[in-house]
Amino acid sequence: MTATTAHAHGDAARPDGTDTPVLQVTDLEVTFPGTRGSPDVTAVRGVSYELRRGEILGIVGESGSGKSVSSLAAMGLLPDYARVSGSIRLHGEELLGLDDRAMAAKRGRAIAMVFQDPLSGLTPVYTVGDQVAEAVRAHNPHFGKAAALARAVELLTLVGIPDAERRHRSFPHEFSGGMRQRVMIAIAIANDPDVIICDEPTTALDVTIQAQILEVLKTAQRETGAAILMITHDLGVVAGLVDRVQVMYAGRLVETGPVDDVYYRTRMPYTMGLLGSVPRLDQDDKTPLIPIAGSPPSLTDMPPGCPFAPRCPLAVEACTQAEPALEQVGAPGHRAACVRAGEIQANGWTARDVYPVPEIGDPPQAAVPREDRTTVLEVENLVKHHPLTRGALFKRRVGTVYAVDGVSFDIREGETLGLVGESGCGKTTTLLEILSLDRPQSGAVRVLGTESGRIGGRERMRVRRDMQVVFQDPMSSLDPRMRVFEIVAEPLRTHAYPKDRLQARVIELLRLVGLEAEHAARYPAEFSGGQRQRVGIARALALEPRLIVLDEPVSALDVSIQAGVVNLLDDLKARLGLAYLFVAHDLSVVRHIADRVAVMYLGKIVEIGEVANLYRHPTHPYTQALLSAIPLPDPEKERRRSHIVLEGDLPNPADPPSGCRFRTRCQKFAVLGEEERTACREREPELRRRVEGAADQAAACHYAERQEPL
Amino acid sequence: MSIATEREAQAPDDIPPAITGRWSSLAKEVLGTPRVVVGLVIIGALVLMAWIGPLFSPWEFDERDFFAFRSPPSAEHWFGTNTTGRDVFHMTMVGLQRSIVIGLCAAVATTVVAAIVGAFAGYYLGPTDRVLMWITDLFLVLPQFLILAILYPVLRGSEWPVFVILLAGLMWMVTAKMVRGMTISLKEREYVLAARYMGVSSGRIILRHILPNMSSLLIVDITINVSGAIILETALSYFGFGVQPPDVTLGSLIAEGSRQALAFPWTFWFCTGLLILLVLAVNLVGDGLRDALDPHSRRRS
Repeated sequence: MTATTAHAHGDAARPDGTDTPVLQVTDLEVTFPGTRGSPDVTAVRGVSYELRRGEILGIVGESGSGKSVSSLAAMGLLPDYARVSGSIRLHGEELLGLDDRAMAAKRGRAIAMVFQDPLSGLTPVYTVGDQVAEAVRAHNPHFGKAAALARAVELLTLVGIPDAERRHRSFPHEFSGGMRQRVMIAIAIANDPDVIICDEPTTALDVTIQAQILEVLKTAQRETGAAILMITHDLGVVAGLVDRVQVMYAGRLVETGPVDDVYYRTRMPYTMGLLGSVPRLDQDDKTPLIPIAGSPPSLTDMPPGCPFAPRCPLAVEACTQAEPALEQVGAPGHRAACVRAGEIQANGWTARDVYPVPEIGDPPQAAVPREDRTTVLEVENLVKHHPLTRGALFKRRVGTVYAVDGVSFDIREGETLGLVGESGCGKTTTLLEILSLDRPQSGAVRVLGTESGRIGGRERMRVRRDMQVVFQDPMSSLDPRMRVFEIVAEPLRTHAYPKDRLQARVIELLRLVGLEAEHAARYPAEFSGGQRQRVGIARALALEPRLIVLDEPVSALDVSIQAGVVNLLDDLKARLGLAYLFVAHDLSVVRHIADRVAVMYLGKIVEIGEVANLYRHPTHPYTQALLSAIPLPDPEKERRRSHIVLEGDLPNPADPPSGCRFRTRCQKFAVLGEEERTACREREPELRRRVEGAADQAAACHYAERQEPL
Repeated sequence: MSIATEREAQAPDDIPPAITGRWSSLAKEVLGTPRVVVGLVIIGALVLMAWIGPLFSPWEFDERDFFAFRSPPSAEHWFGTNTTGRDVFHMTMVGLQRSIVIGLCAAVATTVVAAIVGAFAGYYLGPTDRVLMWITDLFLVLPQFLILAILYPVLRGSEWPVFVILLAGLMWMVTAKMVRGMTISLKEREYVLAARYMGVSSGRIILRHILPNMSSLLIVDITINVSGAIILETALSYFGFGVQPPDVTLGSLIAEGSRQALAFPWTFWFCTGLLILLVLAVNLVGDGLRDALDPHSRRRS
């Protein structure tokens, strides 16, 4: 029924009624039969869409929404036991039911795919050139070996592999993640496909690399004229790139339409929640994020009616009776599956009207000026070098990895310092050095005035009480063999908390982080990611610490869940007067939660300052590039922005460039005169206040100047 | 500003749910697994049979029936008699006693030694690791025969506990290496780091976090070691250690019976059958334990 309405509508919206879609999916349903008595899992339930020539279509959804499964079905890559029904037509030709040989003729030639993980996408034993050439020859057997290799070099140049003539002989392990993803794209476009399916192509990459890859995808699309199906969970990536966007929830499309309509005239409460739960890089005011309560339904026992109804603040009785069809709302092409879409349209409701916005106060210390507050953590010139050794019996030192190379910052009471940077910049090493409480190789770490490495066992335990940690991965940060009660009680037992009050205290902590008392008797495996992260936070709070060190606490969570955890952290800080050291690679989250930010590059802090100033007027070129690389979940702004796309990858930390470490990739260095460049090459810029009027903002650049990247 | 102020705000009459301790809830879980119960019942029955059975036997342990050499099972000799006219039932029961004690104790001792050595070496690394692994390698490369030859004069005629230690001393090395490898990967897990950063001592981390998380490996190792220990014990007895004739174990009975298994099957099949039953029961318990201890096997509620 949904399908027929979709068709009638699709025809009307077509610019010139004759153009058949390149890829047409109708009523697609994918079921994985349950094994050993468990029920069947229906991952995709009646999805219909079409992709026209040269179009970029985004599919957005949280993990488990069926977005990847539906595209794997189109590629014929689902396992044999999956039951697929409906129809997938490529140029009007039915793909479902084709045997593997017939499908292989299509794959790579007419329809190609770029996967999320570039590490496992390439065979480690062949050179990248050979692998691209193989893709060429697979569908063009008449191509000679030399001709195919020449074409491979051409393709590698097209996707931006520098010096492809020589580097096509490299093996995949010699390439960085971003370079590998470029090779994957080269393979995908090798045969001029009509459709390229990109399954989270940038999720595993750093923001500056993500910006590069998105540029490459745009180039690839321009060169081949292919239609791109972009699957992602990142609403920012979609905003600037795609023409149309489809939102999936629990195996169905719940809203679809031109990107502007979906972002600015949202008609489905789930989409609203998604957009509202993303922390925004371009917003100064600290309004709480909008979390969506609950978690997605399990696909085995779906409630009758709208699958989002149990989490929806607008749910009425009609929602639980029948699943709403995807119907036109507002502008042509914009469709949503919500019985109250008309009402939302009529009243012009936005996310803030629909969802209850939590109230979050300010910490009591916020009123006290920063200089007068107690320093909770002070890091001075912290150094951590790892020796690189070679040889099995007699180890000789062949080099040094400068993981952390002179880092200084301090955190005052009730304050959050965000430590940001790309992977490999040394932020996690910094954090582990602080937590270890061992004497650093050089420099000093002082927690509440007590210097690490110069204290006895008793005092060490006291410092441990004051400083607790929350880790990134909620899967591995809780012992799977312990009940939640034991997990939360462990720090209390370690620090000799009175036994008779133990149980009451654990329950109190669970309530504090938004869990129930009966959760105490369960094992971590029985919780969702967000709940597990809450257990981790409860454990960190158990000893009433003054400082909590958070290592990417929300990066493993879906956005709607992430918002809840970020709000919880904000709320706890306000209520308990905590100080946070927040390590993250996501600058939007950091902007939302932090008071001050330190940006790290290759083991050094390149810029540090108060969050609003630093985000509005970054002075270091690297900060500017980082901020510019992050796509905003705002299509109009995103189209107007010009991104600074950094060249190349992070240099090898064992062999950092002389002088300023950033100069090899610096966009500013590129435009400097030869004379000015000498300073960058020869002198290492120290971290100090560079720009007049920007109080409390220091940058390590000889030529720092204010810029507005947003 | 502390959480203590929050405490007042909460309703004091909250009824906390019943949260049972780690061990008692574990015991409940384990006893709820049918396989474990079946295995335990079989082991219990074997133990009862081994210790009580001889009391009902009309024949003494070293008594010979000169009128019935190699006679098949009958009302008089329940399991028949052997070449020298001794009662096979009584011998088998005594052998079962020895084998249960030695097999179970040696298996547990082996795994405990392996777990401790492996976990400490893997957790501390550095010099501790080097010393412990050096000892492990030494035990591995030195021929066991040589060790036995050296130890023979010292240990001759000693009691079974010494024998159990000797068995464990010959069997722990490979498991210790496996445990060390797993410890190295487990110690990087975030929950181990979290425990370390909250001030939990290294010993407690090993006992509470590292060893429980490799319990599947350890349990499987114990179950394999039970049969291994019984067989190794037979081999050692052959060299003159531990159980010496006229005393018997299941292993020595099997070794003797196997030579005449075709002609006089009762001298071979009863002891072999009991050994199989014992190992099977231990495996059932181990298998069930592993499932009961695995948090991932439970379904999400």
